[in-house]
Amino acid sequence: MRIVVGQGSCGIAAGATKVSTALENEITQRNLPVSLELTGCCGTCYLEPVVDIYDEHNEKTTFVMVTPDMAGELIDIALEGKTPVETQIISAEDMEAQAKQKKVALRNAGSINPEDINDYLAVDGYKAIEKVLTTMSPTEVIEEIKISGLRGRGGAGFPTWFKWNAAYQQKESPKYMVCNADEGDPGAFMDRSVLEGDPHGIIEGMLIGGYAIGASEGIFYVRAEYPLAIKRLEIAIEQAREKGFLGKNILGTGFDFDLWIKAGAGAFVCGEETALIASLEGERGMPRLKPPFPAQKGYWQKPTNINNVETLANVPWIFRNGGAAFAAMGTELSKGTKVFALTGKIKKGGLVEIPMGLSLREVIFDIGGGILDDKAFKAVQMGGPSGGCIPAQLLDTPVDYESITKTGAIMGSGGMVVMDETTCMVEMARFFLDFTRKESCGKCIHCRMGTKRMLEILTRITDGKGKEGDIELLEELCEKVKEGSLCALGGTAPNPVLTTLQYFRDEYEAHIYEHKCPSHQCTHLLTYTISEEACRKCGICARNCPTDAISGSKDVVYVIDQDLCIKCGKCKTVCPFKAVDVD
Amino acid sequence: MQCCKGQGPQAPDPTVSGVDLSLLIPVLEKYKSKPGSLITILQKAQDLYGYLPIDVLDYVASETGIKPPNVYGVATFYTQFRLKPIGKYLIMLCMGTACHVNGASAIEDAICDELKIVDGETTEDNLFTLNNVACLGCCSLSPVMMINGETHAKLTPDKARKILREIRKQDQLETGKEATS
Ligand SMILES: Cc1cc2nc3c(=O)[nH]c(=O)nc-3n(C[C@H](O)[C@H](O)[C@H](O)COP(=O)(O)O)c2cc1C
Ligand code: FES
Repeated sequence: MRIVVGQGSCGIAAGATKVSTALENEITQRNLPVSLELTGCCGTCYLEPVVDIYDEHNEKTTFVMVTPDMAGELIDIALEGKTPVETQIISAEDMEAQAKQKKVALRNAGSINPEDINDYLAVDGYKAIEKVLTTMSPTEVIEEIKISGLRGRGGAGFPTWFKWNAAYQQKESPKYMVCNADEGDPGAFMDRSVLEGDPHGIIEGMLIGGYAIGASEGIFYVRAEYPLAIKRLEIAIEQAREKGFLGKNILGTGFDFDLWIKAGAGAFVCGEETALIASLEGERGMPRLKPPFPAQKGYWQKPTNINNVETLANVPWIFRNGGAAFAAMGTELSKGTKVFALTGKIKKGGLVEIPMGLSLREVIFDIGGGILDDKAFKAVQMGGPSGGCIPAQLLDTPVDYESITKTGAIMGSGGMVVMDETTCMVEMARFFLDFTRKESCGKCIHCRMGTKRMLEILTRITDGKGKEGDIELLEELCEKVKEGSLCALGGTAPNPVLTTLQYFRDEYEAHIYEHKCPSHQCTHLLTYTISEEACRKCGICARNCPTDAISGSKDVVYVIDQDLCIKCGKCKTVCPFKAVDVD
Repeated sequence: MQCCKGQGPQAPDPTVSGVDLSLLIPVLEKYKSKPGSLITILQKAQDLYGYLPIDVLDYVASETGIKPPNVYGVATFYTQFRLKPIGKYLIMLCMGTACHVNGASAIEDAICDELKIVDGETTEDNLFTLNNVACLGCCSLSPVMMINGETHAKLTPDKARKILREIRKQDQLETGKEATS
């Protein structure tokens, strides 16, 4: 009998470590022959903490939203065959949502123990590199990747075989293989989950890539905010060295390859390839002009290939199952699967991996369960600060690189932040510009000053001080910032503004011309009033008003003095009769 | 650019901190001859001292041969590096997209009100420092904050206040114990 507790960062945040400790205490107290193990994130973050119990026939029962005080009961159920209460185990509906997915990059996350190489070996781990090293030449490896149609999952969607081939063609040595685990998009955590849940899978991908391009050194550039991912990678690298999958003369084939980890220090722009290289060299992470491309002159001016975590996670699968099997999934130009981090106003937030080509509606409603509190869907943000907001009328857009780009957003690395009717789109654009303004490295004037000016205008609009001509000025600035920026940070920074202007222009206009925020989010534009009919003259609003802006009595209906009102909304939250209106 | 955070230049504290520089010797021994290690050295230094005092930056510059402006340049470029000391508990409040959509600014208001500090500041009793960050990778449990490595998820303003009060109470108990024992 095995008990497995999901302990990715998300599970731990939900209390999984405490659950694990409680289970351990229970097991030692009762002196039971049960092994307690850990695994990564299985994707159903909304059900965390998740505990899987495998019986003697290896049949799995999944328990959800487990609390430490359920430990004793879980053991009873597992040992004595007591039937669990329905709410304790995963529902049929949730199982169905899982079944609609196709796990390639996430194939092991949430099922194996990421801190034990034997678990990875038991699921045919390191078989792909064995096959590659013993039966294939680097050009054959690149050819197989070409057949698979794999494109970069880091955002740009560049064909992976092309990048590998470009690095392979270089005569100079040494060459370097770099894994981009900077995952800068705020609101996305695919790479974190893969690293935490299946570190050996990425190491194997790095080995195959390294062999293909002719590198003997690989580097993981990992975000500083991901300490657990770094820890598990360190453990995995150490174990892989012990077993001879890293180091000199790997598997007796004469191939040398080793890996080390560089922790980032917190800068979004360092996800950009040339900035990442500058950061690896210990400098400020400032992008530089391309060409020369990293494949020609990268880390220490040597040929360097940079791939995203998820891109690499697909690689071992491709060599075990064949490039054609990968290409059989997805659409004409976007092959395989894609992992998304489904968050925001969504019922079932978490990680999903789907074959390319499913529609946004299927992802958000069928797998994600729809909108929180059954509110109305307004938009989904894809691609983070470089992406855009896709509105409801485009929900049937298939999820593939070309179709998403056509909407004005980008596929990006996999962030999907869902917004409902209460999210103000102007405020959303302001949020992203605030982010890009802070994260601009400052090298290009258009990016450095342009984003600042755009932020000022957007702040002015959300503060209710928007002016006639602001929209046009924003549009002009968008063009200029796009044109005048060296790297894609500035080049794509206007996207959140452009897409919201394209699909939600009426919201901008309402802010500027009618001094109204249709989503009731921008506080400066709200007016609170008390409905004469609904008010029962209880006075609770007046007692809670921090500025004494509300007057009335047992006999007189309460009214708000608009000059004193600071629009904090306290009266609306405390009124038991829903008598406070906001517009 | 992160260097000024919109609140004027975040210049290194000019008063020499007087920290024990010798603690850094093993780190420098290991990394100073490896090109490209400046960020790693600064990370290790920050682990040792909790922040990067100006004498540490100068020391790193003189030992590695990297020019002082370049060391300051790197130290001010990356958000992870702090040039001022922090409180005993470092609150990293997520301001990422998912947390933002799910009400991170209300959490920020509650924390600022509870502790009477704003982003980047430390409470007078040196107990708490508030740092807004972009995404802790727990987006599906948003809004989220991390205090000294422990993640607190699905926050509400009240829950956030309660967590802070709890920590303060716990801390008083512990320091009280130390004082009496
Ligand atoms: C501002 C900026 C930030 C980026 N951040 C990331 C990131 O966090 N992770 C990532 O894999 N790629 C990121 N990229 C894309 C990388 O530059 C690069 O295209 C990618 O790592 C290549 O790997 P792939 O071909 O496997 O996708 C970013 C690009 C830009 C311009
Ligand atoms: S957006 Fe807050 S944890 Fe990711």
